[in-house]
Amino acid sequence: MPSQIEGSLAVARTVARCRPQVVCAYPITPQTHIVEALSRMVAAGELAPCEFVNVESEFAAMSVAIGASATGARVYTATASQGLLYMAEALFNASGLGLPIVMTVANRAIGAPINIWNDHSDAMALRDCGWVQLYATDNQEAADMHVQAFRLAQECSLPVMVCMDGFVLTHAVEPLEVAEQQDVDAYLPPFVARQALDPSAPATIGAMVGPEAFTEVRYLAHAKQMDALDAIPGLAAEFERRFDRASGGLLGGYRCEDARTVIVALGSVFGTLQDVVDERRADGRTVGVLAIKSFRPFPLAELRAALADAGQVIVLERAFAVGVGGIVSADVHAALAGLRVPIHTVVAGLGGRAVTRRSLHAMLDQAHAGSLPELHFLDLNTQLVERELARMREGTSPGPHAENILRELGIVAAGPV
Amino acid sequence: MSAPGAPGHAPDAPGHAPHVPGQARPAPGEHPERPFAITLDVGSSLANRTGAWRTERPQYVRRLPPCNNACPAGEDIQRWLYEGESGGEGYERAWRVLVRENPFPAVMGRICYHPCETECNRCQLDEAVGINSVERFLGDEAIARGWQLPAPGPASGRRVLVVGAGPSGLSAAYHLALRGHHVTVKDAAAEPGGMMRYGIPAYRLPRAVLDAEIARILALGVELRCGERVEDLQGELRAGHHDAAFLAVGAHVARNVEIPGGTAAHIVDAIGLLHGLAEGERPQLGRRVVVYGGGDTALDAARSARRLTGAEPVIVYRRTRERMPAHLEELEQAQEEGIAFRWLSTIVAAGEGPQHDAAGSEHGADGAGEPSSDAGEPDGGPAATLRIERMRLDEQGMPQPTGEYEQLDADSVILALGQSSDLSLLGELPGVCVEDGVVAVDERMMTGHPGVFAGGDMTPGERMAAVAIGHGRRAARCVDGWLRGVAVEPPPRGELAGFDALNTWYYADAPRTVRPLLEDVRRQSTFEEVVKGLGEDSALFEARRCLSCGNCFACDNCYGVCPDNAVLKPGPPGEAYAIDLDFCKGCGMCAAECPCGAIEMIPEEI
Amino acid sequence: MTHFYQTGTFAVGNRLLDEDAASVQADPARANSITKGHRACQGCGEALGARYALDAALRASGGQLIAANATGCLEVFSTPFPESSWRLPWIHSLFANAPAVATGIAAALRAQGRTDIRVVGQGGDGGTVDIGLACLSGMFERGDDVLYICYDNEAYMNTGVQRSAATPPAARTATTEPLGTHPGNAFGQGKNLPLIAMAHELPYVATATVAELRDLERKVERAMQLHGARYLHVLVPCPLGWGSATADTINIARLAKESGLFPVFEAEDGRVVRVSPIRRQVPVEDYLRRQKRYAHLFAGAGRPDVIAQLQASADRNIARFGLLADGGEEPAERDIGLLDVLATSERGAQ
Repeated sequence: MPSQIEGSLAVARTVARCRPQVVCAYPITPQTHIVEALSRMVAAGELAPCEFVNVESEFAAMSVAIGASATGARVYTATASQGLLYMAEALFNASGLGLPIVMTVANRAIGAPINIWNDHSDAMALRDCGWVQLYATDNQEAADMHVQAFRLAQECSLPVMVCMDGFVLTHAVEPLEVAEQQDVDAYLPPFVARQALDPSAPATIGAMVGPEAFTEVRYLAHAKQMDALDAIPGLAAEFERRFDRASGGLLGGYRCEDARTVIVALGSVFGTLQDVVDERRADGRTVGVLAIKSFRPFPLAELRAALADAGQVIVLERAFAVGVGGIVSADVHAALAGLRVPIHTVVAGLGGRAVTRRSLHAMLDQAHAGSLPELHFLDLNTQLVERELARMREGTSPGPHAENILRELGIVAAGPV
Repeated sequence: MSAPGAPGHAPDAPGHAPHVPGQARPAPGEHPERPFAITLDVGSSLANRTGAWRTERPQYVRRLPPCNNACPAGEDIQRWLYEGESGGEGYERAWRVLVRENPFPAVMGRICYHPCETECNRCQLDEAVGINSVERFLGDEAIARGWQLPAPGPASGRRVLVVGAGPSGLSAAYHLALRGHHVTVKDAAAEPGGMMRYGIPAYRLPRAVLDAEIARILALGVELRCGERVEDLQGELRAGHHDAAFLAVGAHVARNVEIPGGTAAHIVDAIGLLHGLAEGERPQLGRRVVVYGGGDTALDAARSARRLTGAEPVIVYRRTRERMPAHLEELEQAQEEGIAFRWLSTIVAAGEGPQHDAAGSEHGADGAGEPSSDAGEPDGGPAATLRIERMRLDEQGMPQPTGEYEQLDADSVILALGQSSDLSLLGELPGVCVEDGVVAVDERMMTGHPGVFAGGDMTPGERMAAVAIGHGRRAARCVDGWLRGVAVEPPPRGELAGFDALNTWYYADAPRTVRPLLEDVRRQSTFEEVVKGLGEDSALFEARRCLSCGNCFACDNCYGVCPDNAVLKPGPPGEAYAIDLDFCKGCGMCAAECPCGAIEMIPEEI
Repeated sequence: MTHFYQTGTFAVGNRLLDEDAASVQADPARANSITKGHRACQGCGEALGARYALDAALRASGGQLIAANATGCLEVFSTPFPESSWRLPWIHSLFANAPAVATGIAAALRAQGRTDIRVVGQGGDGGTVDIGLACLSGMFERGDDVLYICYDNEAYMNTGVQRSAATPPAARTATTEPLGTHPGNAFGQGKNLPLIAMAHELPYVATATVAELRDLERKVERAMQLHGARYLHVLVPCPLGWGSATADTINIARLAKESGLFPVFEAEDGRVVRVSPIRRQVPVEDYLRRQKRYAHLFAGAGRPDVIAQLQASADRNIARFGLLADGGEEPAERDIGLLDVLATSERGAQ
């Protein structure tokens, strides 16, 4: 029976049913509603036995999680943006130690300049920290992914971050099903640590590893994440069987099968894109949208299979790599290497800017017309940046890379793409 | 194996094994999988043998404690203090260590002048350990509990004659008996003990104590023949079929000086006085006793006179208090008992009438030597005075006459001017060399005549019971060797354990306990023992003040301070510690923190 | 029967003592929580201090102990793959987070209902006083059931002897060279972690040195009887970083206390309640001369002005903690509030 509740609350209640033993939390917009809800549940005794620890920073939050997880407890925390960066060192530490911590990241932009609204630059900045990164396309999936995440984490001995768009999902109120306790219990067995701090079987965790073995250790971490590529679909299928709704998995396609143009995207923009796809299809254009739900590990083979027959691919990203271009599109390029599928990178929705259907239609028109640049910033205020660049240009002469930007803006005559 | 509906993966994609949902997982409490390299097994560092780092290594040593070094009897003082510290059964263990060298602990705990305490390193910390007190405690315990000396070894079939049943003779008899030799001890006196009985008064050494320790030696089968003076040694040896002899006749002949004068003052020698006292005689002493001399015998005579006469004797001595040979403790006790002293004084003449000095000249016109105005008894009897000349010390510290005189009331004079030995028993024994009234012996305690050994006061050296006992022990070892035709080497002396080798931080602050003394009034009138022994608590306390210089006493410091856990603690207490050389890095902390200096660092062979 | 023993309670052990009066270190079956084969320098005070503290904690907890360790010398020399010297469950995470990791362990144990298992967090002065201070303060204010032990060798030793906020004035480090008029590390800086801990009103704060084993064990035992956040600050000389002889480690720690430069005390709920009195006071010079990190104070004409400042600092400690009163072999009772201690601080006096 669905409840009309905020996304954060659905996540909090679902996490509670996963029986975390330690929840540690440092406040940062826009995840705070999740941990506040959990705090109330713990204080009311609904989650016993569970320890709720109010920590002094995100770095402390992840460190407390590390200590608790290494002691064999099921651990949960949540953060966003600056907080995720502040715990960067600890994220690498947690994955390096193979600790099955689950964390919600309420995706939010990274400053400077400070910006509290949604984009993916936080999680993308830490895509290589060794955590599994899952991206939810809507609130129901966000809540459900946590159940799968705890299961995945403890089976693979890997930490998992569930990314959900800040404000857009976290603060949206809609009818949501919260998984029932007995179903969660049936799906998620109690956590048995593969290694733990235990006086009855002491071990030394966190040794210093030198050149003679470091490569092997890192290779094994990579292999472990590759294991997750197999685990994720199975867990999603099992979830669907038990909970009678589909969620999670590696990819989520919508009307891609015969699509000439496929848009690849992460997160809640999928919903908007589905509407756009339906509108295009109504116009006779074969467009599809493919959501990447598991960004790390990256489903290279699966993506390749899904896009092999596409005429062109547009990767719509809510973040980008300064000085290079797309982030997700780089991985998509790797997946489609050797195939002659044109790939465009469209950076959209930075810092919480709405990604509208109109803009998406315009983008698709450009794509169909063959005039979509390889790297395109959706809804960029070209006048403003043109003015700023011209101002900065006085006194400096731009080199080839900057010229490309100017060309793309139409300031300098565009050459062949 | 992918579930239906999920995107498949290319079979040739690199590096991942299929996941099987529902696969068995570890049971609770098991942690079978430890991630490679990140997680290590406990204690796996034992594979890293850091001993290879060393440039020097610690070594346990035994250094010679200064007390052991100083004891003329050769006792292993540190060792018996160590045993005694345990209390309980430790006392007997301690006593048995002690009597390995010295069979007279109860006696020596009373009369020895404890050079051990003078050398004790604890003097440089607070005060010496009361070794003498503890020795006495152990000796008294042994007597009270009837501990017996060790049984003699198998009979050797050899016979040894010991002449003199004093400390030296009896010590030799004891050690010879332990080695299985048949020993015959002959002494001219009525009872055994030598100076212990006839030179030391009962208030310093109760007779019961002396008798008990002598009886214990005799119980080993030593044949004692008292009242038998040996006139002719060679004849004695033949008649008794003795294979060797140890001579320890002591020095019982009083050295006297002529004091010209009348008969008003009764002059006796101290040795004779003390000997008579020991035999139960009551000597004839007046009320004004003067003792002439500065040694311990003089003090013994004066203190005995004090008890006998009830009056306070005066000791006249030609030098100063600082230069008198008597031991400080005796001097202090004598002063406490009221004995008075005339320093820098000699007796020129005694008796009544015109005073003549030793040279015979008459004084008068010189203006010195007027009869003292208070000479003469109230009852008009003959005046009993001494003429005393004042002395001064020259640059060499020798007393020189000043020509100034005074009178001293004295109706009895006891001469305590030294003793010499009666060596007539030697006869014309070839090879024996006598110099300055004592018999020369080599490092084996043997005289120039093969098979004839000597020790104690009749040989050169300091005249002290402990020295005599040490002579007896050493001589017995050498006699034994001589009888078996084996050369006897003295045991090697280790390096001395000086104060600098100690780390004194670790010793608790502990002032020395003081032996209680008999009350003054009783000291004036009885021959009861003046110095009381320590009770068990105090004796134990005192023993535990020992720093155990140069010898491990199992404090565990080395075991505790090694940062590398590379000191191995023995299982049973008393066994030695060891260094785990596979891991010792040679930092030296064990040696630095050893309280007693029993560890030294030596260069490693690289 | 007298209870006096020739070495009182100063030595590690004593064959004459009853077993229950013996130190943990004297026990042939001691835990050896950090055992041989580690790569600490010869004479390392920290290796020794860690064994002392953890063996005592293991005994006090009946072997039910977990340790979280910050990055630093102690962690590096004890766990180079494939060798670990630790014999208890132990985790190393990062440089700045040992207190937080310990908090997490304690939280997990509480959730699991295993509160018989106790938690120790530990690190060097760098990881505690500087980079770890935020996590430490958080652990303190929450009152998490963790005993945190700082092994203070007064600089970042693992990285090559650089100055930390625990480096004493006038000490030479690689980043506080005594060049020009600089005396080495500057005066008027530094953090006094024991006082900061007291400001959190913890149930138990104590300082100790590696020279006084019995005192350190007693404090660990006392701390383990309590629950909540507790702090122990142990002075551990570093022969390499301090430029001292490897055999001198314990002696130097002793001199630090006996000179008054390192006051040894205990505090409960923000008040100093006990001090270890100075037994045989020494001038600070006796302490300084044994370490090359102070050699510049004696070379050539030397720096008697700096030495005088250090002596004044020691004298101030002696006065404000009463380190010479009730001199003896047992700790002496006190009742001094934190504000009174601060009123006589270096800065307060200036």
